[in-house]
Amino acid sequence: MNKPVKEQQHRQLNLKQKKIKIAVNGLNFFYGKHQVLFDNSIEIYSNTVLAIIGPSGCGKSTHIRVYNRIFQMYRDQRAYGEIIIDGENILLPSYNLIGLRKKVGMIFQKPTPFPMTIFDNVAYGLKLHYKLSKTELHEKVRTALDKAALLSEVENKLDAPALSLSGGQQQRLCIARAIAIEPEILLMDEPTSAIDPIATAKIEELIEILKKNYTIVIVTHNMQQAARIADYTAFFYQGYIVEIGKTKQLFQNPEKKQTEDYITGRFG
Amino acid sequence: MRLRPMYARQIVDMSVKLISVLSSLIGICVLVLIIYEVIARGIAACSLSFFTELPAPPGMGEGGVANAIIGTLIITVLASLIGVPVGLLAGIFLAEFGKDTKFSEVTIFILNVIIGIPSIIIGLFVYTVLVKPFGSFSGYAGAVALAIIMLPVIARTAQDMLLLVPNSLRESAFALGMPYWRVILSVVFRYARSGLTTAILLAIARVSGETAPLLFTALNSQYWIESLTQPTANLTVTIYNYAISPYTDWQQIAWGASLLIMIGVLTVNIFARLVFKPKFR
Repeated sequence: MNKPVKEQQHRQLNLKQKKIKIAVNGLNFFYGKHQVLFDNSIEIYSNTVLAIIGPSGCGKSTHIRVYNRIFQMYRDQRAYGEIIIDGENILLPSYNLIGLRKKVGMIFQKPTPFPMTIFDNVAYGLKLHYKLSKTELHEKVRTALDKAALLSEVENKLDAPALSLSGGQQQRLCIARAIAIEPEILLMDEPTSAIDPIATAKIEELIEILKKNYTIVIVTHNMQQAARIADYTAFFYQGYIVEIGKTKQLFQNPEKKQTEDYITGRFG
Repeated sequence: MRLRPMYARQIVDMSVKLISVLSSLIGICVLVLIIYEVIARGIAACSLSFFTELPAPPGMGEGGVANAIIGTLIITVLASLIGVPVGLLAGIFLAEFGKDTKFSEVTIFILNVIIGIPSIIIGLFVYTVLVKPFGSFSGYAGAVALAIIMLPVIARTAQDMLLLVPNSLRESAFALGMPYWRVILSVVFRYARSGLTTAILLAIARVSGETAPLLFTALNSQYWIESLTQPTANLTVTIYNYAISPYTDWQQIAWGASLLIMIGVLTVNIFARLVFKPKFR
């Protein structure tokens, strides 16, 4: 449906020799009998930030929740199609789910620290996936907290309950927890919608830095945010991917009328 | 449009408030009266021999319920050992693995029915299954009867407690690559810890005061407990037997035993509410 855009992307691909990290082919998604994603196809390059924008209920979150198959928690949710990550279709039932989630980390809309100490929150996933000595574990936890720009604020209270932190700190703790296990892809589902502007700015800076090591897909309601941090932006509407392109291009010179209407605030 | 008179609404509002306050006061009064009566009458029975000796025949003075105290403790602990793990695991199934399945719906319905069955019928059931075939009343049968009463209560409250854990927390745990059993044990249980502990303690407190299911199972005994395959002394049946006896010294002992159970149940209740206050919320 959006052929010219795709061709353009392929040209960019050839020019910059970018590696495709995630390739989604013909993804359809159902809640029970109700279809919410229609024939989604998208290619995401390594070490880039892709922002997904669109009005509420357009399937943005649903779309990225397929990448780590978290939707499978719910009995009535089904995905059909292909999602190729590093050459393998992760939607095949034979694909190792724990391995997938080690590779694809996720940050949620609301911070969800586990009911344990700050240290344990980060250490938990680490201990799950790696054999570490006590010193190594401490080292890794501190590194992760540092990368998430939280270490200086919690250094002296690593044994305090995570729920004693402020909302913005909790969200950065969740980022630390996710990056501690060294995933390759980070999915962020409106990670700043529940926190204040200062914490938001911190997390945006963080995304800028994290992109060196990770491929990031971020769902956001905030178009300024997409414009600030994303290399590529995809516009979703009613379960379809209407347009995808370089962020600057999509915002300044959208090819589809729907995209233009949305980013100029005519609906949504 | 005509305004409804303001004062009428205020009167209705006031009277609803008054009635609900009065109703709670009635509840509290009854509880206070019971506690007062049991303490006032039971305290006299609490001598050293009451806690250390076997029951004496009527009119022979002193004598105690030491065997029944031990018996009640053993039967309750044994019942908890069966009822708590099975109840908890059933609760996990209902709230996690089997959530929204036909099988769990049927299970929930059956558990609700069992909760509603009068405990004396549970006693009769265990009597036909464990007492009749083995030819003797036994402490084991008593424990099984109490466990059966406990199980659905724990399963349903555990289910409710686990369902209170937000799904977002489960999602985060899964997203880190945790297998389901670890998600349950490390995250869900931790979050629901205080609720689960309270549920278990309250269920234990409840069955420790049950009499009817023990009448047909553990029965009672005048002697020290040598084997749980024999009739086993316990406080509640002792209260039942002694309270309806014509002898004043036995009635006195029944009051003492009542006081003991009441203090035990109250302690567990208060402990459950105070100590396991949610820490993280």
